[in-house]
Amino acid sequence: MAFIPHTAADVEEMLAVIGVASVEQLFDEIPPSVRARGLAGIGDALNEMEVTRLMMSRAASCGFALSFIGAGAYEHHIPAAVWAIAARGEFYSSYTPYQAEASQGTLQAIYEFQTMIASLSGMDVANASLYDGASAFAEALLMAARINRKSKSLRMLVSRAVHPHYRAVARSITSLQGLNLEEVEYDAASGRTLVDSLRAHDGEDITALAIQQPNFFGVLEEVDGLSEWARRRAIPVIAVVNPISLALLRPPGEWRGGADVVVGEGQPLGVPLSSGGPYFGFMATRMAHVRQMPGRIAGRTVDLAGHEGFTLTLQAREQHIRRGRATSNICTNQGLMVTAATLYLSLMGPQGLRRVAAACHARTRALVEALVRIPGVRAAFAAPRFHEAVLQLDRPVAPVLAALERREILAGLDLAPDYPELGHALLVCATETKTAADIQVYASALGEALEARTAA
Amino acid sequence: MAPRQEPLIFQYSRAGRGAVDQWPREPDTPLEIPRELQRPRPPLLPEVSELDAVRHFTRLSQLNFSIDTHFYPLGSCTMKYNPKACNALATLPQFLARHPLAPESRGQGVLACLHELQEMLCALTGMQAAALGPMAGAQGELAGVAMILAHHRSRGDLARREIIVPQAAHGTNPATASMCGATVREIPVGADGDVDIEALRAAVGPATAGIMLTNPSTLGVFERRIVEVAEIVHAAGGLLYYDGANLNAILGKVRPADMGFDVIHMNLHKTFSTPHGGGGPGAGAVGVGPLLEPFLPIPIVVREADHYRSLTERDRPRTIGRLSAFMGNVGVLLRAYVYMRLLGSEGLSQVAEHAALNANYLLARLAGAGFEVAYPSRRASHELIVTLERQARDSEVTAMDFAKRLLDYGMHAPTTYFPLLVPECLLIEPTETESKETLDAFVAAMVSIAREAREDPERVRRAPHTLPVRRLDDVRAAKQLDLTWDPDARAPDRPG
Amino acid sequence: MSRIPEDLRFTKTHEWVRVLPGGVVEVGITDHAQDALGDVVFVEAPEPGRRVAAGESYGVVESVKAASDLYSPVAGEVTAVNGELASAPERINQDAYGAGWIARIRPDDAASVSELLSPADYRRLLESGGG
Repeated sequence: MAFIPHTAADVEEMLAVIGVASVEQLFDEIPPSVRARGLAGIGDALNEMEVTRLMMSRAASCGFALSFIGAGAYEHHIPAAVWAIAARGEFYSSYTPYQAEASQGTLQAIYEFQTMIASLSGMDVANASLYDGASAFAEALLMAARINRKSKSLRMLVSRAVHPHYRAVARSITSLQGLNLEEVEYDAASGRTLVDSLRAHDGEDITALAIQQPNFFGVLEEVDGLSEWARRRAIPVIAVVNPISLALLRPPGEWRGGADVVVGEGQPLGVPLSSGGPYFGFMATRMAHVRQMPGRIAGRTVDLAGHEGFTLTLQAREQHIRRGRATSNICTNQGLMVTAATLYLSLMGPQGLRRVAAACHARTRALVEALVRIPGVRAAFAAPRFHEAVLQLDRPVAPVLAALERREILAGLDLAPDYPELGHALLVCATETKTAADIQVYASALGEALEARTAA
Repeated sequence: MAPRQEPLIFQYSRAGRGAVDQWPREPDTPLEIPRELQRPRPPLLPEVSELDAVRHFTRLSQLNFSIDTHFYPLGSCTMKYNPKACNALATLPQFLARHPLAPESRGQGVLACLHELQEMLCALTGMQAAALGPMAGAQGELAGVAMILAHHRSRGDLARREIIVPQAAHGTNPATASMCGATVREIPVGADGDVDIEALRAAVGPATAGIMLTNPSTLGVFERRIVEVAEIVHAAGGLLYYDGANLNAILGKVRPADMGFDVIHMNLHKTFSTPHGGGGPGAGAVGVGPLLEPFLPIPIVVREADHYRSLTERDRPRTIGRLSAFMGNVGVLLRAYVYMRLLGSEGLSQVAEHAALNANYLLARLAGAGFEVAYPSRRASHELIVTLERQARDSEVTAMDFAKRLLDYGMHAPTTYFPLLVPECLLIEPTETESKETLDAFVAAMVSIAREAREDPERVRRAPHTLPVRRLDDVRAAKQLDLTWDPDARAPDRPG
Repeated sequence: MSRIPEDLRFTKTHEWVRVLPGGVVEVGITDHAQDALGDVVFVEAPEPGRRVAAGESYGVVESVKAASDLYSPVAGEVTAVNGELASAPERINQDAYGAGWIARIRPDDAASVSELLSPADYRRLLESGGG
């Protein structure tokens, strides 16, 4: 089943027009010494019915557990309308909108998306998206180095409370161009990045500062003080943010010291968890930096007849024109995910998005209250949080997680591999999808697991 | 009847309206967020009903050309039919609900698909190992070049910082090399479309890290001296990178590893028919020979007894690292997996055969109709190049004008002005899923436009005439930047 | 054939140079260069006070379809840039040798200008296809 429409008669007729005797002859420019003899290792075709059976059984192995894991990917309600419309063939099976006249739907959706993201971030402009939050963070660091051309050190201060995977991706990508990521410790009592730890770098040549709000621990950073420290030293500020939280939290553009590049993971905006992707990264900046921004950008203009329309613009920054001197090698955005996110944000509106954020905040508060009542469980940090929290247990986390998993509960993320200094620490999250009853189920199961272990 | 224009979603907004049933209830506990950290004003989001949103975005979709609605012969993009089963089966509810950090014991079905996909990609390309993390072709390229550089560095050979790229290469190749901190050295292509071997010999040396090649090349022809190219680059101590943009042309006919390539990226959204989605998400899996396996980006899925597991930095200390927050575009990978299982080995071989058949048929028909093809003495691969230099000279009708006029005929335009080597070019890739009738209709449209170019050139120059908008003012778009909607500003020249 | 004024000097990278009274030179891109680029939409000019080497890339001229680096014809210090180009980059298309000037540079060595291409040299360069 290769979805090929040709009949045998078609093939004969076409070969005659070409003037060859066989299809095989069309490959006669390939040197015989390297020609493949058939295709081993792929297996025979299955028909659609058979593949359906296979995939249903593969899917079943994943099950549906009650999940309290966040850590950069969040379970939210996705209105049915989001994917019913985004998956329409006209969105799903179209290409990048290079032929603007034949792609007005995609282009207008991107323009609407850019408007929403810029406003959420408190910035002037946004691009049409990048691959995911982590790679957007890497691009933000490279962009900051282009913005701050006076700095020669390529030293980027990155809080250790920024998502460990984001820091890992940023290292993989930016080390290729010689950027030095220097980690700034967080405060063990509050879980925040302190302005005091930045002061150690007073007077040094620093290229950029990166802060996550809320940070990886769910804790709210003192963004005014941190951004102001950077602003006073003319150091660009990169803000990594959760888009849902921006319905409640002061946007980076309005932090006391402001921000220069705002990036984040777009998944919470109507994109399913899907084992990690496809998601999308978003990026917003000030108008003054727009030419340093990577990725596609849609703009509004007029046509020959003076009617308004949309087109990709500022393409001279991009690889297909600048080749070796482009701002990035990126070609695509994550178009379909952006279409879904624009639908999601339209259905939520300012009020609905605020409700989602407030509900997540309240649910996590209820979860933490319920769990810290259990002997052997305490909250690690005192500072205010958005919708995640670090708990510390009186014993190693991994076996406890395994015990709860047997009861169909995914109880959070074990922080031991990335933050051993936090002891037996667990990162938990409750979004608006978790009811009071779900929280009770978790609390009872955790209580029993800890009790059983103590007894044993 | 499709709409011609659609207001912005913001223009439907009415204070107090909303898709209320989609919102959670207002919590009964107060916010525990200090006032100075709270948002002072709500963001600019529309306040619309669910039906408002559904109609608006449905109408927007109707302003697009797509494979589901139009012939889309965009060269180098492999716009083939995206089977509906791939989408349906990659979006089964359990797949969608799985958290990326859920225990691997609760994702064995996903990991099994990914592992088998790695194995099938290795079988197709002759590579030894594959990694699926890169989220687009450009990220796969980045991974590939980063591995080449890491390999040289691991041997203490720090001088190899130069990546050789043929002039005809896609812009991503040099951009990727730069992004990896390498320098780019371009070499010319001969008149017959093959790489200039003498120029290559002169270019290689102790600074050569590697060469990036697409084969068949962006000129729509097979690089016939590939074995010699590989020998020259390897003898000089460099490695060969295969840009998988045109892999559709050679499935089952020749494997990149057998041609001498050390590393490859594959665009799953081209060859393996995952959707382009209006510009992503794609997936840029990479494959490597034994030399580069230690450097593959993580995660990589392995099978240990009956259990699938993804490798981390602890298992692969020399990895170039992680390129995505989690596992890359898993949903896209599942679509590619389903596609390959549906086709099997026989189906995948037929892909290349019929892609070549369609391209060579179009070439013969267009040449027969008087169009000038760029490499008349050569076989077309899976795509072909027509040059409209004569039309541009005689009637002042350019390749861009042809492209725009094709839209009026209900066909998406081929790629224009790429490759840069061929003046006034159209790069046409019909793909294997298009019927002879569709190809014939395309030829008829081209012939008709050529006639219009002679008899009524202004009609072609001012095309399109029947789309939602006429030709757009790119210069204005770039000069008077209007990138977000401002509720207080007047819309530009909006007719009443 | 594009215009090549007789009172200017030129570079192989299609910049022109005019010596102003006092020794400062005014630079811009040639008529041929603006024609090849098409509608200029953006000019990234150097900051006044910047030191530049001869042949150093110190700015960019962008059109919709191309981006072209600006190379300094001489070594010296940038003393002024044409601020009007920020809002009206089309001046380069309209009047490449006049209102479309890009920067003024005080050369370290006044004699360096005379080493640049003469109008006749530049005309030969264009005729030989050295664009």
